[in-house]
Amino acid sequence: MDVFSDPLNRDVYITGFLWILKMTLAGGVGALLLGVVLAAMRVSPVPVLRGFGTAWVNIFRNTPLTLIIFFCYFGLFTTLGFSLADDIDLNNFWLGVIGLSVYTAAFVCEAIRSGINTVPAGQAEAARAIGMTFFQTLSIVILPQAGRAVIAPLGSILIALCKNSTIVGTIGLMESSNAMKELINANGDAVIPIFLVFAGTFAVVLIPTGYAFGWLANRLAVKR
Amino acid sequence: MSDEALIVLDQVNKYFGPLHVLDDVNLTVAKGEVVVVIGPSGSGKSTLCRAINRLEPINSGTITFDGKPLPAEGRPLAKLRSEVGMVFQSFNLFAHKTILQNVMLGPTKVRKEKPAVVRERAMALLDRVGIGNQADKYPAQLSGGQQQRVAIARALAMQPKALLFDEPTSALDPEMVGEVLDVMTALAKEGMTMVVVTHEMGFARHAANRVVFMADGQLVESAPPAEFFANPKSDRAKDFLSKILTH
Repeated sequence: MDVFSDPLNRDVYITGFLWILKMTLAGGVGALLLGVVLAAMRVSPVPVLRGFGTAWVNIFRNTPLTLIIFFCYFGLFTTLGFSLADDIDLNNFWLGVIGLSVYTAAFVCEAIRSGINTVPAGQAEAARAIGMTFFQTLSIVILPQAGRAVIAPLGSILIALCKNSTIVGTIGLMESSNAMKELINANGDAVIPIFLVFAGTFAVVLIPTGYAFGWLANRLAVKR
Repeated sequence: MSDEALIVLDQVNKYFGPLHVLDDVNLTVAKGEVVVVIGPSGSGKSTLCRAINRLEPINSGTITFDGKPLPAEGRPLAKLRSEVGMVFQSFNLFAHKTILQNVMLGPTKVRKEKPAVVRERAMALLDRVGIGNQADKYPAQLSGGQQQRVAIARALAMQPKALLFDEPTSALDPEMVGEVLDVMTALAKEGMTMVVVTHEMGFARHAANRVVFMADGQLVESAPPAEFFANPKSDRAKDFLSKILTH
């Protein structure tokens, strides 16, 4: 592992994964909030909101993430002048977070909507019968139960989001896949070790993440 | 029981597709009156009960509660529902909330009452239905009879003007029916206005002011329980009673 004994190379490696971590966290929060709002729209009694939610899911779930990230850069930033930070890396980071959020939100929405289907209709009837509004019924009774039912699938979506964030490398951010490419270009004799370290880092973080979500899903499951 | 009408159904019609589930139903329930609705399966009695707080919208006719027609939707409808308690066949306690939270949720979230005040009232209600010592458990940890008594406490916590019961004992094991009926009988004696859809003829006999018999979506007969059970007038009611009372 001569490559990683060089502090400069280590820095490239660490910086790359820190970007991945930040994008996963920011994108995860964005996608969760957006996904819950979209799911609420898709079950609302207002046809316009339902249509909006359905359109969002169909558009973003069926567009390759690379295209969405490209659009964020070349469409939002280059063409429309939508700039999020003066620093070029930070700007690319936030453009990437937007792309990841709108894309992943479509999957979060569908997961939560399937969670809503696991909540018996009687729960909503009981909530309405004590005088709750639609919004109260959803936020106090339905979504907390729906969310607990889909913790495991949400974990899978988070894991996918983490790996998907390497695509933001295509618009120039020095995240882990770009970092790996740079190290490989400079160290042609150590291609396989470099690859294994990068792939291994993902595995070491993500495998326990999957188990943690499984454990959480069991722990928070609503007993009926 | 007063002469003042609390719930008035006037020529109410309701269809499920081609099925005429409520056929020109007229019914007046006075303040403090206990009306038991009986009839064969599919006669529309549950639909009638659910129409009173608009869990089922109706196709024509009018339903008036406490002098005002039922609001169609939105906040006015939510406010009306907060004044009409409902107890379901399958209890429908909020599965992710404790027993105490179930009872407190309506007053704190819908009426915006102070949690400290509500907690006291909720505990008093739980004690009253005999579940005070289970307040911190979750619904799934309780028996069916206990859950249904919590559901009654939850409805009472809103201090409703009337209570609707939609087959409250039909999903219970036989030995748990009594504990729920005891709570309902006590409520009836205290003057709560109640509309009860049930197959419990014993409850109808001793707790009801009036028995209403439904068949095929129509309100066939309406009489005090002693009169109804001794001398049913319609053939449908005679036939129904002969089938359930001979066992």
